[in-house]
Amino acid sequence: MAVAGEVLPSGSQELHVLAVDDSHVDRKVIEKLLKISSCKVTAVESGTRALQFLGLDGGKGSLGFNSFKVNLIMTDYSMPGMTGYELLKKIKQSSAFREIPVVIMSSENVLTRIDRCLEEGAEEFLVKPVKLSDVKRLKDCIMRGEKEENGGRRVHKRKFEDDSHPPSSTPTSPSTPLASPSLTAAPFACDIATSELLSSPLHSSKRAKLRNSD
Amino acid sequence: MDVINQLQRQFIDYSTSLHREGFVDDQFTQLQKLQDESSPDFVVEVASLFFEDCEKLINNMARALEQQQGVDFKQVDASVHQLKGSSSSIGAMRVKNVCIAFRSFCEAQNREGCSRCLQQVTHEYSLVKNKLQTLFRLEQQILAAGGSIPVVE
Repeated sequence: MAVAGEVLPSGSQELHVLAVDDSHVDRKVIEKLLKISSCKVTAVESGTRALQFLGLDGGKGSLGFNSFKVNLIMTDYSMPGMTGYELLKKIKQSSAFREIPVVIMSSENVLTRIDRCLEEGAEEFLVKPVKLSDVKRLKDCIMRGEKEENGGRRVHKRKFEDDSHPPSSTPTSPSTPLASPSLTAAPFACDIATSELLSSPLHSSKRAKLRNSD
Repeated sequence: MDVINQLQRQFIDYSTSLHREGFVDDQFTQLQKLQDESSPDFVVEVASLFFEDCEKLINNMARALEQQQGVDFKQVDASVHQLKGSSSSIGAMRVKNVCIAFRSFCEAQNREGCSRCLQQVTHEYSLVKNKLQTLFRLEQQILAAGGSIPVVE
């Protein structure tokens, strides 16, 4: 993880989230969830627009100033054109933006899809519809994660995404101490202390962001 | 105060029936909770977007299913998938459930089944649209009478 100053806005406690979703309904809802959680939101309808906003499309983008820095990207998985997964890859390939946490949202809880995203460096995989508690937890984690890293314990997120831990067969009941009562609990990279003790549940509870939808 | 109480009672009863009959699920309640002074029309706005989506997507599905020279089931499925997503996000449960069945028929490339689902989803859409518009009207009446909208869990 890069030095916190690069990720969090200096002097400001407000997180700036870039939300990417082709569904107008979902954009409106995620925007509201984020605003209620005191985040600044930029909502765009495609991966292409997201890259344009970040300035990764070759243009200058809209991030000329520190105050517009993006602290978190939340993207839908299934989008026409560039999928959320492809967007994730592009962001992780960029030296300027690879440290920005990327969360994938999807209405489908397909294990291979989840694994692929986590392996590519996604922080979390949220099953839609996204709840306020998901957003609050994300926000807390990012804010806490920055403090943890300042405190010295720095762990690269990818460390938890290796395949040395067998997939959990019951992904719907996470039992890490940090898991919230809801089934969608999943430790974030900032939950380092406990996650290092319970590496298997960490892996499985990232998968535990499954809810029986269809 | 009597008028307000009466309207509020009506609202609660209506809201409860919508849930009981499966027109909306908990996600709808969650959206109602997000509404606040800074966005007093939030739910109505989301509903409008949802209705727009329904119209557009149902049209897409109808056109695709009409193709005489062979139905592009992937295209139909793509629209159904989007509709399922929207309906799930607003909590329109019955519409969502038809979409789930619809997708199976798309996967099976079953034209008959798809056509039936199209009819069903069109029907459910018009039902939930009416129901929600009635609910929103009740809300407006309460507010106009000077009352506040009760929270129904």
